[in-house]
Amino acid sequence: MALGAAVGAPARLLAGRALDRTVHWGTLLVNLLGSALLGWLVGHGVGTDAMTLWGTGFCGAFTTYSAVAVQSVNKGGWRGLAYAVITVVACLGVAWLGYALAR
Amino acid sequence: MTPPPLGRALAAAAVGGVLGSLARYGLTEWHAVGTGFPWTVFAINVVGSALLAALPAFAVVRRSPLLGVFLGTGVMGGFTTMSAASAETVTLFEHNRDLTAFCYVAGTLVAALVAVAVVDRWSTAAARADAEESGVDE
Repeated sequence: MALGAAVGAPARLLAGRALDRTVHWGTLLVNLLGSALLGWLVGHGVGTDAMTLWGTGFCGAFTTYSAVAVQSVNKGGWRGLAYAVITVVACLGVAWLGYALAR
Repeated sequence: MTPPPLGRALAAAAVGGVLGSLARYGLTEWHAVGTGFPWTVFAINVVGSALLAALPAFAVVRRSPLLGVFLGTGVMGGFTTMSAASAETVTLFEHNRDLTAFCYVAGTLVAALVAVAVVDRWSTAAARADAEESGVDE
């Protein structure tokens, strides 16, 4: 678990520094990738050990809800709200896609 | 304020990420929800979002960008999770719990945004008051 998190969180920082501009592309990208991977892991029905390392550890630390909420409020107005809603809906979509592909 | 050097920032994010993730792991193991409303991750995401918004209220965080990365990107980023929220929703839909799934998605988002907006007003005011009190500070 800790190993997955120790890789996931710094990877998110790198993506944020490289890609976050007016639009938080980096944060959006890590949330999409992490959600798709976790959906795939759940659909695949991986064992507890693999789920703890990759799912709870890596995907959990790689993706973030708090940054999205704070970025959304800082952006403010309809643009801020749109960013948060698009992130949540798109992450749900790719998680389902990953899940469906693994079934 | 300049961001901390990349190497130290990555180390701070890694250590903080492990601590935040361990807290999340501990809470989800302690309070497993099965196929009911995922209260544990709901609470984690809402509380974590509020705490991230609260960080600028603390002068020690404003003065140390590295501490900000450790607590913000690391601990709060590792604590909260978009992937688990998405995967849990997919699982709820798979169990034909459509209403619960919808309430979970919308409820988490609304609660997190409201919590951040409320805390943000307070932390911005606190930061401004502190800056005025201590004179020219930034």
